[in-house]
Order: sequence, then structure tokens, then C-alpha cells
Amino acid sequence: MRIELERRPRLSKFFMAASPLIAFAMTIVAGAIMFAALGKNPIEALDAIFIMPLMEVWSLHELAIKAAPLILIAVGLSICYRSNNWNIGAEGQFIMGAIFGSILPVVFYGWQPEWLLLPMLIMGMIGGALYAAVPALLKAHFNTNEILTSLMLVYIAQLFLDWLVRGPWRNPEGFNFPETRQFAPVGVLPEIFSESGRAHWGFVFALVAAVGVAFMMKYTLKGFQISVLGQSERAGRFAGFSSRGMIWFSMLFSGALAGLAGISEVSGAIGQLRPVISPGYGFTAIIVAFLGRLNPFGIVAAGLVLALTYLGGEGAQLSIGVSDKVTRVFQGLLLFFVLSCDTLILYRIRLVFSGKRAAEGDAA
Amino acid sequence: MIIEAILLTIITAATPLVISALGELVTERAGVLNLGVEGMMVMGAVSAFAATAITGSPYVGVVAGIVVGALFSLLFGFLTLTLVANQVATGLALTILGLGVSGMLGESFVGQPGIKLPQINIPLLADIPFLGPLLFKQDLIFYLSIALVIGVNWFLFKSRAGLKLRAVGDSHASAHALGIGVIRLRYLAVMFGGACAGLAGAQLSLIYTPQWTENMTAGRGWIALALVVFASWRPWRVLAGGYLFGAVTIGQLHAQALGVGIPSQFLSALPYAATVVVLVLISHNRRMTLINTPASLGKAFVPDR
Repeated sequence: MRIELERRPRLSKFFMAASPLIAFAMTIVAGAIMFAALGKNPIEALDAIFIMPLMEVWSLHELAIKAAPLILIAVGLSICYRSNNWNIGAEGQFIMGAIFGSILPVVFYGWQPEWLLLPMLIMGMIGGALYAAVPALLKAHFNTNEILTSLMLVYIAQLFLDWLVRGPWRNPEGFNFPETRQFAPVGVLPEIFSESGRAHWGFVFALVAAVGVAFMMKYTLKGFQISVLGQSERAGRFAGFSSRGMIWFSMLFSGALAGLAGISEVSGAIGQLRPVISPGYGFTAIIVAFLGRLNPFGIVAAGLVLALTYLGGEGAQLSIGVSDKVTRVFQGLLLFFVLSCDTLILYRIRLVFSGKRAAEGDAA
Repeated sequence: MIIEAILLTIITAATPLVISALGELVTERAGVLNLGVEGMMVMGAVSAFAATAITGSPYVGVVAGIVVGALFSLLFGFLTLTLVANQVATGLALTILGLGVSGMLGESFVGQPGIKLPQINIPLLADIPFLGPLLFKQDLIFYLSIALVIGVNWFLFKSRAGLKLRAVGDSHASAHALGIGVIRLRYLAVMFGGACAGLAGAQLSLIYTPQWTENMTAGRGWIALALVVFASWRPWRVLAGGYLFGAVTIGQLHAQALGVGIPSQFLSALPYAATVVVLVLISHNRRMTLINTPASLGKAFVPDR
């Protein structure tokens, strides 16, 4: 049996909408098989991961907390990926945003004006954008592959943060724990509905970013440039669009959003800097971007789904004793299935059972 | 002999980089960009450790690493070659999945003492002063790494099959027109890359640090990808580049041990920073990059039927 692809005359609208759903269903099936193989009741395990976290209000708040950075980062990445700039270092830009944004509440901790949050958030965005500027500069002017450089910078950012919180920024009253000072109340991102749970304004930023990018893609010249340069750089050049300019724009934009996600997470959810501030949000956001079909509203939905895998993974560890590593496995599987289902948008898949066409294709 | 001891550690640090980069080199020469090296390597590491722990024989571990690496790469092959999915995204998916699955499989092995792959002394040659202990009192995987450099170089530039492979990587349309089975060759190249990454992973968990820790590859798969660019897709340059990176890694470790006045985190960041610098130096000459890069690299191929 062989698999043959036949190009569709036009993109399939049906599969454009259905492919993420099919992929999600396949992930659930694969997950059930995996749990059965681990000797757990699959229904119970899937219930613990995908249903239980949705049943309580406080847990919905936690969902929003985890979805916020994923959506913010993924919305930025969607601009990069649409324009063919493969920024995979959002994790590093997230960390640098968190560090830059923390300069005021950590180094100048005595200075506590009412409006401290505003400069903190802006500095977070600047930090993320500056860090993304490195691979942008190297790609635009030295022709260096941005995939590798942006990823290497992640490791460097992690080590830099580690040094800061163990060295110069360590809380002098913190019993030698590797942590900075707690942010003063004016430096803490407020909760949205503080009566019912911890969800902070980061989630609102994420929604605003998604709507903003949707508007930009649909109604502005910039959005048009992004799609044209992404689909055909040559066509874009003939139209007078600068691909070098697009490298800068998309990288700085996604860096700034990742930086905003970083400072929001630190200021809203953690309250101080620690050696590790992200459970891989920057990488998971890549999955979110693809699961959301690089569409801002799709990304909001996808961000919530992936946030659920984090939350459900933690919950399942407590309730049925599966390792929290299943989160990563689920995330990887999901991306695999999304990518394979996307084939259906462009192609019809045919299973060929006899070897009749084999001779022309495979004769080496 | 302190110099000899340092050189030995450099060789040990460089070997996994050389092996995995060689595998990726062959994959890329066939026109396929597999960014999943890190994932395949970590899968090789965990399965080599597990197989060794279960059977008690590190040689079974080596085989397990190779086989699992190759099988894992088939996932990538199926998606990108059969279903023509985006290679960059699929490679990332392979890395994410590999890190997740290995973490789960390896959980019960964390903290267990490992079994080191034994040293094989080559008679007579091992007695040569200085060079003997460096090159002829090594383990199986080191010998394999050297054999692979020679073998891959011969295969690519001296054999007929290698010529076909390079043709597929430079222009899959013309290769297809000549009757070369593009997809089949690419599958084989992807699997070779996976097997090499798996072997490199086995080296990490059986020799470099004979134990299993989560994410123990620590970005080596990505450095291997950079090495391929650095080597401009030539096997001997992979060897040279691998030892250079090994030297940077070991140099910073020794500097940390000596306690020079630089924070350890900055020294740990050196190999990553060096990778960026080297990439910039290599790629800023656009024309040279164009000449060396396989022309169909990363492009999907769907045969006309």
C-alpha cells in the first residue's frame, strides 16, 4: 500500500476549519492509547487532564494565567511565520522582557510611584524587542540563519537570568534563596476579577493583541505586505516591499509581544524573578501558532487548549499519579497531528493498494 | 600528562557533535532540513541508557540508541516526505515530542548509576606514546565517529549512490526526471540522520556522563545543526568544527573549575555564543553560502503523476 497526494484545484475551506479539530481528536485517541499502555484507565486520565480543570472557577482563572503568555507570544510569532521569518527563540525574548521589565521594581525598589506598572510593561516590551533584534540584525545584514541564532540566544538568556538572581539581583533579605525582591504592590499586575481567582491583566493584553493583529492583517498595508512577502518574496520585491524591512518588523514585533508576556507573567503571576520563570511557554507558543493556523482568533482558542494541557498535566499528576511529563508528550503529538492534517487542505490523499504506478515513481 | 587528559575530554565532548552533525549533513545533502536532531538525540540517549540498564550490556544500549533514533526520524520522514508538511515546523515538533517522550520514559531511570561503554585498546597502536591513549585506547563510539567521517566522505563524493543523493538534494525535479527515486532516497537519508543522532545520544548517556537526566542533550542537537552550516556540508570540516566546539565546551569547564573571576553562567554560555559568532562569520558571504548549500534544501517534493 502506498500513499499518493493529489493537488486540489483550490484550497479546501472545509479542512481549513476542520483540520485543527481532527488533529485534536487524533491527539486524544493517541493519548488514550498511551495511558492504556502505561496501565492507567484512559477515560479517567483524559478526564483528569481535559475536563476536570474546566469544572471550577479558580481553575478557569489558572487557565487564563497560563493561556495569556501562550497567546501573546503566538500572536507575535504568527506574524513572523506568515512572513517566513523563523523566530523560534521566543523563550529567550520572554526571559529578556521579564528581566528588563524587572529593572525598576528590583534595582530601584525604593521608587514606588502609583504608575510604576506602565514603564515596567514598556521596558518589558523593549527588552524582548532588543533581544529579538539580534537575530533580526544577523539575518538582515549578515544573512545568518535566524532559526539557529534565535535558539542559541534562549540558552544564553536562561543563563543570564540564572546569574542575575543568584548574583547581583539576589534579595539581600532573602536567606540566600536564588530570588529577587518581591515586587512592591504598585509593581504587581492587578487581577481582573479578584473576588473569584488570580487571573491577571495579562490575559486581557493577549486578547487585545489578537484583535489588533487581526485588524492589522485584514485592513492595513502592513498586513498585506506580510502575506505577500511570506508567500512569494519575489512578488513582494516587484511590489516594492522590502524583505529586509519585514525581517526587522516581524522580529521586533514578536519580540516585543514575547517581552510583554514575560514581564506580565513575572509581575502578575510570580511577583519576583526566579532562576526559572517559564515552563517552556516560548516553545509551546510555536505549537499554539500552528494549531491556530497562524490566525489570531484561532490562536486564542489554541492557546486555551494548550494551557489546558499544562493545567491538566499538573492535575493528573496529583489525582491519578501520571507523570507531569505527559504534558510535553501531548503538546508534541498535537503539533504532529496538526501538521499532518494540514496536508488535507492542499491535497487529496489517496491510498494505492496495487503496485501499478510504482514502476514510474520509485524505479531508482 | 595534563595536556593529554584535556585532549581526551575534548574528544569525548566533540564525538556526539561530530556524529550527529554528520548524520544531519547527509540528510541535508539529500535536500531535507530536519531540525529534530535534538529530539532524536535525546531519544537515543534515553533508550541507550534504558536498554543498558535492563540488559546489563552497554553494547545493546548502543544498538538501541541507533535503532530508536532511526525509527523516531521516520515520523519526521512520513510527515515531510509523504504528507509534504512544512519541514521547519515538523522538525520542531520532533524535538518537542522527543524531549517529552524521553522525559516520561526516563523518569524511572533518573539517579540510577549507569554502565560505561568499555574502552577498546587496539594492539600495538595503543602503545604509541601520547597518540596511543588519545586515539587507540578509546571506546567503540569514538572509532565509529572516525569511520563515519571517512565513510560519509567516500560515499558522498566517490560512490554512485552518493552522487544520486547529492543530485536529489540539488535539484529534485531533475533527479526525478532521470528516474532516481527521490522520496525513497530522502527517506533513507532521513533515517541515516536519525540513526546518527541516536548514536550521538547513546554516547552522551553511556560515555560522556553515564547516567540519565532529563534534557541531557542541552542544545547539542542544535549546535550540530549549526556545525553542518559551519562545515559548509563537508564531512572533514564537520570533524574539525566538532573538535573546535568540543574545545570551547571543555575550555569553559576547566575555567569554571579553576575559578577564574568570571561567573560560571557566563562561561556556560560560551559554546552557545560561539555558535552564533561562527554562524555569522560563515554566512555573511552570501555567494559562498549559495554555492555550498544544497539547492533544494528544505523544499518539498511532490512527484507529478
